[in-house]
Amino acid sequence: MLILNKPMGTDIPSSQITPEAIYQERRLFFKSLGIAAGSMAFLAATARQSLAGMTALPDFMRANNHLSDALTPFKHITSYNNYYEFGTSKSDPAEYAHTLKTDPWSITIEGEVAKPITLSLDDILKLAPLEERIYRLRCVEGWSMVVPWVGIPLSALLKKANPNGNAKYVELISVQRPSEMVGQRSNILDWPYNEGLRLDEAMHPLTIMAVGLYGKVLPNQNGAPIRLVVPWKYGFKSAKAIVKIKLTEKMPVTSWMKANSNEYGFYANVNPEVDHPRWSQATERGIGDGFLSKRRKTEMFNGYAKEVESLYRGMDLRRYF
Amino acid sequence: MHLQLKLATTKKLVFVLALWPLVSIGLQAYFDQLGANPVELIERHFGKWTLIFLCLTLAMTPLRKLTHNGQWVLYRRMLGLFVFFYSTVHLLCYVGIDYQFAWQDMKDDILKHRYVLVGFLAWLLLIPLALTSTKKMIARLRTKWKKLHRLVYVIAILGLLHFFWLIKKDMTQPLIFTGVIVVLLALRIDSSAFKAKKST
Repeated sequence: MLILNKPMGTDIPSSQITPEAIYQERRLFFKSLGIAAGSMAFLAATARQSLAGMTALPDFMRANNHLSDALTPFKHITSYNNYYEFGTSKSDPAEYAHTLKTDPWSITIEGEVAKPITLSLDDILKLAPLEERIYRLRCVEGWSMVVPWVGIPLSALLKKANPNGNAKYVELISVQRPSEMVGQRSNILDWPYNEGLRLDEAMHPLTIMAVGLYGKVLPNQNGAPIRLVVPWKYGFKSAKAIVKIKLTEKMPVTSWMKANSNEYGFYANVNPEVDHPRWSQATERGIGDGFLSKRRKTEMFNGYAKEVESLYRGMDLRRYF
Repeated sequence: MHLQLKLATTKKLVFVLALWPLVSIGLQAYFDQLGANPVELIERHFGKWTLIFLCLTLAMTPLRKLTHNGQWVLYRRMLGLFVFFYSTVHLLCYVGIDYQFAWQDMKDDILKHRYVLVGFLAWLLLIPLALTSTKKMIARLRTKWKKLHRLVYVIAILGLLHFFWLIKKDMTQPLIFTGVIVVLLALRIDSSAFKAKKST
């Protein structure tokens, strides 16, 4: 179980990128297999990348969750990024993120835990089987993408450190290396970037740590080598290039809360009824939908209400935005 | 006669050059270079060019004073009309491409979001300036015309606010535009203060 640490920057030869059509076809193939076997579980049969020379991720389970919309093309997912560590323009990460060295890499889990632990990336990949998850990523700026991530549940990592009775929150801290991350040389945000979740949110099965995208190693501009993905929250919650996880009793103050607490709350659940002062949250533009397509209606909890609304029962979501 | 011909030629040249924002976005579209979010890219393109033409328009009077050459002012009206033109294209992108004529959604957007509101107000204020830009109207309104066209300062402030309030964190670009506009306005104030001093 070894991730080949091949830099996956903007210079990937196009021959190494699975065209979306083939990718979708393969998924369809496995889907039909699953139906034929009369069991969706069969869908989880491991699928190996079949294109020669594409030694990327270890085997992983193909996604069995389906969104109605098509996947956002790989080129858009990897060229339109908010990753201020590499600059504030959407095109900066694709241009500058290759300078980050993602090997070796480890994550330290500390704070309110029975046994603080440092796990290498290889250790982490052994904690649970890799799974593909197709999630909608909804940015607070009013756009969304449909992304096929590959990762493991965050809960698998947290369990390894064994949170104690005081642990109520989980703080996730991104890497700080100004020499490798050009955007960190200015104080546009309070570095290192940090985000936070309530422990029950962090343990939720939908919350994953992603190491892959489109069946390949996660490109640097998307948060390589390992990033958080919380699909029912706005994109900024899903911190990239994580090096430290701290379990705490008190709610962590995140980078965006420090930058502007009126606009960015701790919860940041996708909610079409609670507007951001700048952007309407009622609708969103689908990236890659093309220019004559309509905005789509934003769904409560980004379409994951059934799975997560019980976490927030009785809470005033206007107040805890 | 010769001079007039020359002026007409340079005016035509300036007019053609001023169409560059349309050409450049057309080329980007043709070569499939509009990126992941083409709607946002096009909207911002015309928004930025509106501000650039606003700066150019505001530069004509100070340039006349600095160079002691009256010719600059001859381009002011055309440039001002391009401000109106590009702001209208910017607005039409919002109405037609971004919101696809969903009037209720747009109404909510304008009223709820201050950056949209000030941008819309700036465009509304440009209308009377565009309508009164003809020679006939200048002659008819005389001193009132001058007062009316001072609205351009209000429009400049609203336009800058529109940009500032849109930006999440990195204020570099709106700050550059603010710097340019502040310098252009200061050049006017300075020279008039200088004149006042001289006459006492």
